[in-house]
Amino acid sequence: MPFVTASSQRGPYDVIIVGSGAGSGQAAYTLCMEGVRVLMLEAGRRYTPATESPMFQTPDMAPLGGADTPDKNKGFYDATVDGGWDVPGQPYVSVPDQWGGHFTWWRARMLGGRTNHWGRISLRNGPYDFKPHTRDGLGFDWPITYDDVAPYYDKVELLVGVYGGDTSLENTPAGPGDTLLPPPKPIVSDHLLMKRAPRLGIPVLPGRRAVLTRAQDHRTIPGRLHPGNQRAQKILAEAMKKRSPCLWATPCGRGCAVAANYQSTTVHIPPALATGNLDIITDAMVYEVTMGKNGRANGVRFVDAKTGKHEHVTGRAVVLGASAYETVRILLNSKSGPFPNGLANSSGLVGRYILDTVGSSVSAQIPLLESLPPLNDDAADGLQVYVPWWLYKENLSHKLPFPRGYHIEYGGGRQMPSAGTFAGLEWLTGGSYGKKFKEDARRYYGSFVYYDGRGAMVPNDKSYVEIDPKVKDKFGIPVLRIHWQWGDYEQRQAVHMQQTFGELAEAMGGRVTSPIVTDPLRAVAPGGYMIHEVGGTIMGADARSSVTNRWSQTWDVPNLFVADGGVFPYNADKNPTLTIMALSWRMSDHILERMRRRDI
Amino acid sequence: MTDRRTTLKLVIAAAAAMPALRARANYRDNLEPGASEPGDVRRFEPTIHGYGPDPDLIKAYEKGAFWPLTMNAGQRQLAAALCDLIIPADEHSPSASAVGAVDFIDEWISAPYPKQREDRDTVLNGFVWLDGEARRRFEQPFAKLHEAQQRTICDRICDASRAAADLRGPAQFFAAYRNLTAAGFYTTLAGRKDLQYIGNVALTHFDGAPVELLRKLGLA
Repeated sequence: MPFVTASSQRGPYDVIIVGSGAGSGQAAYTLCMEGVRVLMLEAGRRYTPATESPMFQTPDMAPLGGADTPDKNKGFYDATVDGGWDVPGQPYVSVPDQWGGHFTWWRARMLGGRTNHWGRISLRNGPYDFKPHTRDGLGFDWPITYDDVAPYYDKVELLVGVYGGDTSLENTPAGPGDTLLPPPKPIVSDHLLMKRAPRLGIPVLPGRRAVLTRAQDHRTIPGRLHPGNQRAQKILAEAMKKRSPCLWATPCGRGCAVAANYQSTTVHIPPALATGNLDIITDAMVYEVTMGKNGRANGVRFVDAKTGKHEHVTGRAVVLGASAYETVRILLNSKSGPFPNGLANSSGLVGRYILDTVGSSVSAQIPLLESLPPLNDDAADGLQVYVPWWLYKENLSHKLPFPRGYHIEYGGGRQMPSAGTFAGLEWLTGGSYGKKFKEDARRYYGSFVYYDGRGAMVPNDKSYVEIDPKVKDKFGIPVLRIHWQWGDYEQRQAVHMQQTFGELAEAMGGRVTSPIVTDPLRAVAPGGYMIHEVGGTIMGADARSSVTNRWSQTWDVPNLFVADGGVFPYNADKNPTLTIMALSWRMSDHILERMRRRDI
Repeated sequence: MTDRRTTLKLVIAAAAAMPALRARANYRDNLEPGASEPGDVRRFEPTIHGYGPDPDLIKAYEKGAFWPLTMNAGQRQLAAALCDLIIPADEHSPSASAVGAVDFIDEWISAPYPKQREDRDTVLNGFVWLDGEARRRFEQPFAKLHEAQQRTICDRICDASRAAADLRGPAQFFAAYRNLTAAGFYTTLAGRKDLQYIGNVALTHFDGAPVELLRKLGLA
């Protein structure tokens, strides 16, 4: 029984992994496939997508038609359980450094963490994204290049399954040609964007998401991912056979019972468990990394969320993948003689340079899309196409008032009507009611599109997390205090998004549903809102300017690693999850090498 | 993180919160009714408890499964009359009340969450105004009026942007109630059929947009 408790654990373990999401799941997968004994600790409950995903449930089966509430912040059927912007008994404190600046922190206390509900958008960082300082003098370079990470992007795409199209566009790389699955066919609203955006010089490409648009090739991929390791190949082939291709229905964010998209719980954890090398303790709220006398980490302490008991588990190495800020919290709460300011914090940078994605959105109503015949627009749940950043040269030549780019996530179509689909239509209907309202609903249904900008953030000194001096959670663990400020660049970028979306709506013959926002602080979504928080344990070239090195290993403690987004010294516009997985695989390979050398 | 449904839902949430406005004005109006000032400390911790953060997502719930419905008989009669004035039966589909819109609205305004509690005040105050207006002008409660009489009242409040200054409150009520009626109707099977919605079914392949349609729209 691989789900164990503190008393039934089957140590000794080689590696303790804290967390079970994208970074932790990848680390567990890579290490277990190579014979490493792993104990994974998850703060939330066990979660089983095969039986718990409300895939085809309709809104009338849910309270309030499935609308979002303080209990389920992204709607009743969102896969997130025991999580959201607020988690009962587990507060955090936010101090804004500018108007409207509260950072909101989405957490998911469940096996697989936020990978159960995420958007599955899987874009690679490009060469510029790893060397932003070299390019424009701002922020920090990564201590690694695109070429260092590219082989791991290939591997992750092959393992989890990512659809997309190859492209030769600047800083928008793809693998060697066969790592991506075919993209879904565009729907009518996609064709409209594809036709009209180029008139504005805006390119439209196939989207990239971690969804199986066809079955994975279980005959060749295992051999490519695990050369020379027959057992791993066999386990992976079996795991791949158990995944179904997309059913072309139901929102991925509800979770996928047939494992057609990536969730740690359906893709990483099952093969890792099949090796027999992975044990998992759920409801284990980790709060401290413990140190041996030799200056090395020897385990972690946690509170059993069910019993309140404090437990200690040990291993030869510790991997923190609790999510960027939770990892910071654990490090800062791990104070000891040699580390009075928190573990691995000799640089004083643990918690510094936290980042999110710049977000800004506009929706529009498009007359051409009114009164269309019945169409099934479900596709693979969106992002059949997207717009990559297209003004790199303008960034470089300072023709734009901001230095870094954004991409546009676009969508529309005749989606399943929800509790708000026909709310607020007076501006179109003149306030109709009666039979006329029903006619209007048929006419306007499916005629809306949205443009979501997702932009790069330059790190700044005003955005950081620390331990709150007073507030503790229900377990008695000191909580985080989050400071947040958007820089001028991010605000200007958000205004540019708004203006671009207005132009796109016009080019598509449509009308925006709300005025284009030109007030910078109103144009940009609040920090945390994109749920792309990274940084806080940033990787760098030396121990003074960073917390972790090029292998995601802490400078101060050689057997302590960070597997989540904490290591990002820069957050490009590319959604971070794919990069988190690639870096975690790379880190895990490095741990394996050190174990072979008996360094760990 | 965002998928299209999440985004549409955000648009919708804003529209529901501000029924008289067009969709969302911006993120901050959605997220933070009282904008924070620099230095404001906020402790993020939930204080509301409804169905909780881990409800069973698989089972189908009856209306009122998590909290009792609270409308009295008179309110339900008025609710049904207004639902069916907004979404009457026609050759395509039944009326809103015939497919459970009154229960939907009752569940909504009986919920313990802040947005719903606000809507409760809007709806119940609106009912009082509507019945008062009906009695004043036609000496009958609203539910007893003929459709033409009901329309005489509602035509003046059906569009908040055109409503007289002294009718702005009732107009906001009407907009909110129309949103709720539409929510109660179009989330049902009958509502989906009315719209000729054909998704949410497992397919072996996905064909995308039909070429003939693209040609017709000039997009081929």
